[in-house]
Amino acid sequence: MHRSRESVVARIASLIGVSIALGACGSGDDRVVVFAASSLTDVFERLETEFEAANPDVDIVVNAAGSSSLVAQLTDGAPADILVTADPDTMERAIASTSIAGEPAVLARNGLVIAVERGNPLAIDSLDDLSDAVVVLAAPEVPAGAYAREVLACAGVDVEPASLEQSVRSVAAKVALGEADAGLVYRTDISADLDAVEVPAACQISAEYPIVLVGDDPVARRFLSFVTGSDGARALADAGFELP
Amino acid sequence: MNVVRRPGIPKPVIALGLIGVAFFVVPFIGLIWRAPLGSIPDLVGDEAVRTALGLSLVTSVTTTLLAIVLGVPIAWLLARSTLPGRRFVRVLCTLSMVLPPVVAGVALFLALGRRGVIGEPLENTFGISLPFTTAAVVVAQLFVAMPFLVLTVDAALRALDPGAEEAARTLGGSEWYVFRRVTVPSIRPALISGIVLTWARALGEFGATITFAGSLPGSTRTVPLATYLALENDPDQAILLSLVLVAVSFAVLFGLRERWVGAAFGARP
Repeated sequence: MHRSRESVVARIASLIGVSIALGACGSGDDRVVVFAASSLTDVFERLETEFEAANPDVDIVVNAAGSSSLVAQLTDGAPADILVTADPDTMERAIASTSIAGEPAVLARNGLVIAVERGNPLAIDSLDDLSDAVVVLAAPEVPAGAYAREVLACAGVDVEPASLEQSVRSVAAKVALGEADAGLVYRTDISADLDAVEVPAACQISAEYPIVLVGDDPVARRFLSFVTGSDGARALADAGFELP
Repeated sequence: MNVVRRPGIPKPVIALGLIGVAFFVVPFIGLIWRAPLGSIPDLVGDEAVRTALGLSLVTSVTTTLLAIVLGVPIAWLLARSTLPGRRFVRVLCTLSMVLPPVVAGVALFLALGRRGVIGEPLENTFGISLPFTTAAVVVAQLFVAMPFLVLTVDAALRALDPGAEEAARTLGGSEWYVFRRVTVPSIRPALISGIVLTWARALGEFGATITFAGSLPGSTRTVPLATYLALENDPDQAILLSLVLVAVSFAVLFGLRERWVGAAFGARP
């Protein structure tokens, strides 16, 4: 009883959200809807442009959001042809709660780095230097924060974070603004205002991005091959992702 | 319908008005309907929730007190002085009310942050660093909430008939005495309304806080921030936290408005 109430409300909410997002791109073409984790936004925008240039009759629509929200939307019946999440857990949740036919494959990997201000004025060279710096981390409730905790525990470094941010992007922003000395972010979050300091290889994590075909649309399958093929690899590598 | 219908109210107005009311009511019904009310005891016992709630109450009350100390003088100057730039200040007040609070947070960073126009000398000279502290939460709340007090009191002061004040002054009352014994009592409904609105806005503050103060349990993570984070992995807790905020705000707004403001607003002040 309780279950059904909550799913009705959630379904209405997420369907309204997604139909607004998707309604913006109306045309009679073959449409492939991609649900992609937000850290992949730029990569998928590039791949969309490239694929549409080569296939003018295809319309790729990218719905980028946090992995948890994507899975919630999918579970509530939002239409998607391809799903990419930022961690295997959310992918497993999606597979458990929907009728996804395909087997997920690892599209890319991401690692953590110490983000410091450009030029590294405080000479932060290792995780040890974080114990007496103003450090912001992502909250352990989000994947990047859980990974950060793992890395610090592995290195045996005690950090008292000044803030546990909602998203890894705001960690990067606080360092870029100069409010924090350093933060742990994904390698792909290092923007022009930041420099990356490597964490010890022994403590590095590997954040996997699984990709899966949701239905069995042949055009979606073509786009999936494009993304997992050499074109996708180039775009991912340019953005700083590691390839599986 | 007879209950609603009064002479002189056209039917379309009643219909549209009721649709409008529904628009405000439905989201709250959704919240209550979807709430796992059975787990409220767990929530109340939850250490993190209690910490967030305590922090929210302390910061919002501090903000309100500061807003009274600083905001009433601003309103007084706006309404009564011939200070140049009063209209400009009024617009600024309105601006910080309607700006996206995240923008307010960024502006506070650029002014009071470690690299800020004031923040940098502050840190270099006194070693005071505001971001990521509870003080920063209060600053963020004050920035977005104080205008509610300023503009309400300013409007009331301007609408006030100066006759009574002049009479008191003629009878030899000092400026301060007149303000305390004549002006403040006459604008009391507006003053209380402004205070309550300021407090409620401070309690609900999210964007400027998360941007300028960060989010750390016990020092900067207020209930709205905890709610947003809980949405990430514990939607039930997020809904209950929202409900707590709604209930607290509703109780205070309802109670105070009815008691102090409602009557005065109903009759002509």
